[in-house]
Amino acid sequence: MSEMAATPARARRGRPPALYRVATEAPLARWALIVLALGFLTLFIALPLAVVLTEALRKGLGAAVAAIREPDTVSAIWLTLTVAAIAVPLNLVFGIAASWSIAKFDFPGKSLLITLIDLPFSVSPVVAGLIFVLVFGAESWLGQWLIEHDLKVIFALPGIVLATVFVTFPFVARELIPLMQEQGTADEEAALTLGASGLRAFLTVTLPNIRWALLYGVLLCNARAMGEFGAVAVVSGHIRGLTNTMPLQVEILYNEYAISAAFAVASLLALLALVTLALKSFLEWRHGDKLASRSRH
Amino acid sequence: MSATASLAQTTLLNVSYDPTRELYRDINAAFARHWKETEGQEVTLRVSHGGSGAQARTVIDGLDADVVTLALASDIDAIAQRTKKIPADWQTRLPHNSSPYTSTIVFLVRKGNPKGIKDWDDLAKPGIQVITPNPKTSGGARWNYLAAWGYALDKWGSEEKARDFVASIFRNVPVLDTGARGSTITFAQRNLGDVLLAWENEAHLATKEFGADKFDTIVPPLSILAEPPIALVEGNVDRKGTRKLAEAYLQFLYTPEAQTIIARHHYRPSRPETVADKALIDAQPKLKLITIDEVFGGWAKAQPTHFGNGGIFDSFAKARR
Repeated sequence: MSEMAATPARARRGRPPALYRVATEAPLARWALIVLALGFLTLFIALPLAVVLTEALRKGLGAAVAAIREPDTVSAIWLTLTVAAIAVPLNLVFGIAASWSIAKFDFPGKSLLITLIDLPFSVSPVVAGLIFVLVFGAESWLGQWLIEHDLKVIFALPGIVLATVFVTFPFVARELIPLMQEQGTADEEAALTLGASGLRAFLTVTLPNIRWALLYGVLLCNARAMGEFGAVAVVSGHIRGLTNTMPLQVEILYNEYAISAAFAVASLLALLALVTLALKSFLEWRHGDKLASRSRH
Repeated sequence: MSATASLAQTTLLNVSYDPTRELYRDINAAFARHWKETEGQEVTLRVSHGGSGAQARTVIDGLDADVVTLALASDIDAIAQRTKKIPADWQTRLPHNSSPYTSTIVFLVRKGNPKGIKDWDDLAKPGIQVITPNPKTSGGARWNYLAAWGYALDKWGSEEKARDFVASIFRNVPVLDTGARGSTITFAQRNLGDVLLAWENEAHLATKEFGADKFDTIVPPLSILAEPPIALVEGNVDRKGTRKLAEAYLQFLYTPEAQTIIARHHYRPSRPETVADKALIDAQPKLKLITIDEVFGGWAKAQPTHFGNGGIFDSFAKARR
């Protein structure tokens, strides 16, 4: 404890080299922190994941596979993948555009834009879903117009995509903004003075600079897009085999006493998330050293 | 758009309430077979389930239901009033008050009935935990509430007493789920509470799913005749061109074949005489059943008085805070 008490005094004299600091940390404190972090991870992530997998396999692997191949579940899986395949690219484009303009330019309303990007994080997903029901529902003016023109938004694929885009849109932008701000505009200015076009500067200078943050943002966005429950539940209409996504299907199966089937679908959902994470790790391992100097992650 | 229109003609969407999932799975299979035999056409039957009030709300918000099969008349009334897609006199358009099946509210207790719950009185006793969904969102819960109220009225003959009695039951409720199925899961899977107020069919289903050694069904001497009605969503079927199919589907519910499926799922068929297997009908317990029309003057009156904003149920919630 005496070493720890000495730290503030040393800090006042200026920061010591990193190696020296780590070496003087009390071993007890170091272990306590490691145990705390690992214990927390085990309790809140590894254990529930293990429970989900055990429950899924309670009636055997064959039963779990059969549950996943059930037609309503297959359609839920397709719907989830379709929604992610539309929502993620949309937010990729939007995220780059928003963080580009925020990081590289000054304009009136910039702080408002930053606040708006964060809005989906602070608004409850259920409220987000209700907003779409209010806007596109049959009782609204727009909803009436849509019905007259035989167009479906809520209780159909477009509504589910909209709700998903809404809840996932901060992910890419939030990853990119700090990085792009930190990098500044010097590289791009250099490219432009050397005669590159705007597009070329973006593709050969900006994009390589942000690619790891971008990948990370896209993966987070994808994980959330596939896992979103609240907002989608409000706009889905719960039509079996048509507008139920995987998370909704998990709830339905659970409520129909098909407990192992519910956990089988839940495992598949968790597996999809793990695959995206594994993909990220693989890409980092494969190309990481090449880009290490520029990479944030 | 023409491609989707011709496709829509053989697809039917039934928007239903929570506990009918298993019932309509069987009915839909039987109807698809029937339609194939009589019309030579493949038909896709889609269903959506949820709390009855919540389901009515999604139809009002534009869910393309061809037929609604909800837990109580006032939810269909709400659709009729808000959207004009259903005529105001819908309940007179099909036999038996548009209810091809009825049900009632019974008690599901832990095996051996450790708390000795026999009648509605026992639910109001201190220390008893009662599981019921929220009457604001669940049709089943409204029947639960009205059954308790009807019991108290029958016993003491005073509205004041009935109000206190129902309030004391709801003071014993630790968690209000939004739908009947959620409450069943809370009671059966999560092991909360001493007694579940449940649809008769839901009590049977829970016993079947979780094992007869887990629960006992207690049928109180008096309960309510619950009429879960059905209706054609005329505004939707005319736009989609599904009227013929949707009407046939609703009529099918009154056929001997469907009435037998209904009895097998522990609903009470409206035409029990058409069910060939008499044992199915005889197995249904006899009890005194009060009706919403006699005791409460119908849903049009009961709904706003008891469950409307600022109604009697809201005053319980306020008193609790």
